Amino acid sequence: MSHLPSAPANATRVAPPLESGRAYPAKPADVYLFGTCVVDVFFPGAGMDAIRLLEREGVRVHFPQAQSCCGQPAYTSGYTDEAREVARAQLALFAGEWPVVVPSGSCAGMFRHHYFELFKDEPETLEQVESLAERTFELAEFLLEVCKVRLEDGGAPVKVALHTSCSARREMNTHLHGRALLAQLAGVERVDHDHESECCGFGGSFSVRMPDISGAMVRDKTAALKGSGAAEVVSADCGCLLNINGCFEKQGDALRGEHLASFLLRRTSSAAQGGTK
Amino acid sequence: MSNPAQTPAQPITFKRNAREALADPQLRRNFRGAMDFLMDKRRSQFPDGDELERLRAFGNRVRARALSKLPELLERLDANLSRNGVRVHWAETVEEANAIVHGIVERHAAKKIIKGKSMVSEEMEMNHYLGDRGVDCLESDMGEFIVQLREEKPAHIIMPAIHLNAGQVAQLFHDKLDVDYTEDVDRLIQIGRETLRRKFFEADIGVSGVNFAIAETGTLLLVENEGNGRMSTTVPPVHIAVTGIEKVVENLRDVIPLLSLLTRSATGQAITTYVNMISSPRKADELDGPQEVHLVLLDNGRSQAFADGELRQTLNCIRCGACMNHCPVYTRIGGHAYGTVYPGPIGKIITPHMLGLETTRDLPTASSMCGACGEVCPVKIPIPSLLRRLREEAVRPPAAEPHHMRGQGAKYSKKETMIWKAWRKLNTSPGLYRAAMYAGTRLRGLMPANIGPWTEHRSAPKPAARTLHELAREHLGDQ
Ligand code: SF4
Repeated sequence: MSHLPSAPANATRVAPPLESGRAYPAKPADVYLFGTCVVDVFFPGAGMDAIRLLEREGVRVHFPQAQSCCGQPAYTSGYTDEAREVARAQLALFAGEWPVVVPSGSCAGMFRHHYFELFKDEPETLEQVESLAERTFELAEFLLEVCKVRLEDGGAPVKVALHTSCSARREMNTHLHGRALLAQLAGVERVDHDHESECCGFGGSFSVRMPDISGAMVRDKTAALKGSGAAEVVSADCGCLLNINGCFEKQGDALRGEHLASFLLRRTSSAAQGGTK
Repeated sequence: MSNPAQTPAQPITFKRNAREALADPQLRRNFRGAMDFLMDKRRSQFPDGDELERLRAFGNRVRARALSKLPELLERLDANLSRNGVRVHWAETVEEANAIVHGIVERHAAKKIIKGKSMVSEEMEMNHYLGDRGVDCLESDMGEFIVQLREEKPAHIIMPAIHLNAGQVAQLFHDKLDVDYTEDVDRLIQIGRETLRRKFFEADIGVSGVNFAIAETGTLLLVENEGNGRMSTTVPPVHIAVTGIEKVVENLRDVIPLLSLLTRSATGQAITTYVNMISSPRKADELDGPQEVHLVLLDNGRSQAFADGELRQTLNCIRCGACMNHCPVYTRIGGHAYGTVYPGPIGKIITPHMLGLETTRDLPTASSMCGACGEVCPVKIPIPSLLRRLREEAVRPPAAEPHHMRGQGAKYSKKETMIWKAWRKLNTSPGLYRAAMYAGTRLRGLMPANIGPWTEHRSAPKPAARTLHELAREHLGDQ
């Protein structure tokens, strides 16, 4: 992954994890999209933009209508049996050989890592789990590593801050993929923000169970994003965006985070001129 | 074992403590500054990510190996220490451990104890226990000395007074030690030292902790920076070391990687100023050292963690404090808010074993599961997975038969369980799911603007006009 920009020494306070050494397949003709429940209800536009980006790369996208949630909310809350049954339903839907593209680090992380724990006592299911884990890619990772996308920027010069989710950073090892995609856009200057590698405070049920602590974290995060001088904020994780945008709005700030897929599509769509090669 | 759950203690008021801490801007600034400093220091010690990963994996293996034969190693430790002339005592509970220490104190008619830093003695509340029995315990570690003067508990396992800035210490010394007010850090340290030095020579007994107990040689190893540890282990005629049973390692070779990981992860030092190794009381031809050395091995819930293959990993901990230094929650609220001896991520996974989940049920949920702790832990303790496991234990229906995890089901709620069962139904019934999401988006206007404390810091999330399911079906057809 030599084409990934390395993190500036002072940009993060936690050393980036090691290279995962993941082997990437050639670009397939078909992929599944797992939309995630948060995208489904709160950011459907981001899901559609992900589909359009993939289609523009010549990939046929399949969206099983029976999909729902990866099971993470129950899993992290300690309701393992409930999480397992919801996970089982998804497993059945994403069978076969097509890659599964997920526009969210945490749900992708659930597929790639935590389903093993859920089905550890079911050897007959583990094969499916392994296959799904192998075939799961975070959207930015898939665009860059599998589609080898080349983006041509059609937008005006702008400073952008990228918020990476903890799961992208620590479970999926995809926090540099967003950077690499932004770096392809000539008019986009990516700016670092303070404590970039620190959690925004969402953490699903954490923000509900510990609203004060989570609130302090998201306030610091929005202040850091503002402090970066960025005119736009992008993230590949809609859970974080729900939290961060809600905090911006509460504070009467006009700034809003946008999903990376929407930002990329907007900058490179024919309306903004350009397109991809 | 007696049933400690019969009179459940009051749950720790974690949420209230956290709210108070969050409202204290001075505390917030102190912690942010201190943690940023410590994170930078640690990072500068590990410039090579690959080397760090190799070392972490090595450290993990060494610890896991030690734990895999814990009973055997403890027996060897006991035998070898005894052979060296160190008296070994076993304590299952903190009460037992305190009684053992008090017994030694009484035998020597001791009145004054000088202590080096020891988190296990905090766990035992030894100062309090002995204080009640007329024995004076003075902390000799500078940070511990400061928090003792303030009648507080340590706010961090490595840096007990990290929550204070120089001005606060200056004021404290001025008030309590009757010295001129000065914020000059060197001068403050000098004042502390002068006060403490005198006490070393007055003490009847010295107490210390242990970083590693080496089974093969019967050696107690202790690292420190100030020399106070060395003083309290050599100057008084009697030395008592207290430690948790998990601190045992097989041999001296095992200590090398662990020590290197410990100091670099903790304070970003390649090595500490002092590494003390105690193998025996003073020998006939030696000029100094205590005439009597005791070791108290404390269980206090550790064997409960040990009994479970997954939770056992908790005991890998070498108490470096890196997990708290990197924890966004700890950084915001500081150590005292946890209301426990061990704060931060390690505290959330070890304390439930010590106190039971009844009193600590909020601790495992006080994490956004961001994973920073697991990422930095030098011995690769999967802290987020262990937190999740403890959450599972806490919400599990209280079993009729006793379970090895004390306080299982302490957070069980019929209502919450029903909600998750409904959630499962919703997410495993595609038609129902789509209908519910359809309704959610169509009724978005009815979403309350305030949904409890969540909206204190954020506006309420608003569903989109149409779901992705609908938009995708339109675009891709029914699949
Ligand atoms: S859990 Fe890991 S990081 Fe935390 S104190 Fe223990 S060894 Fe250090």
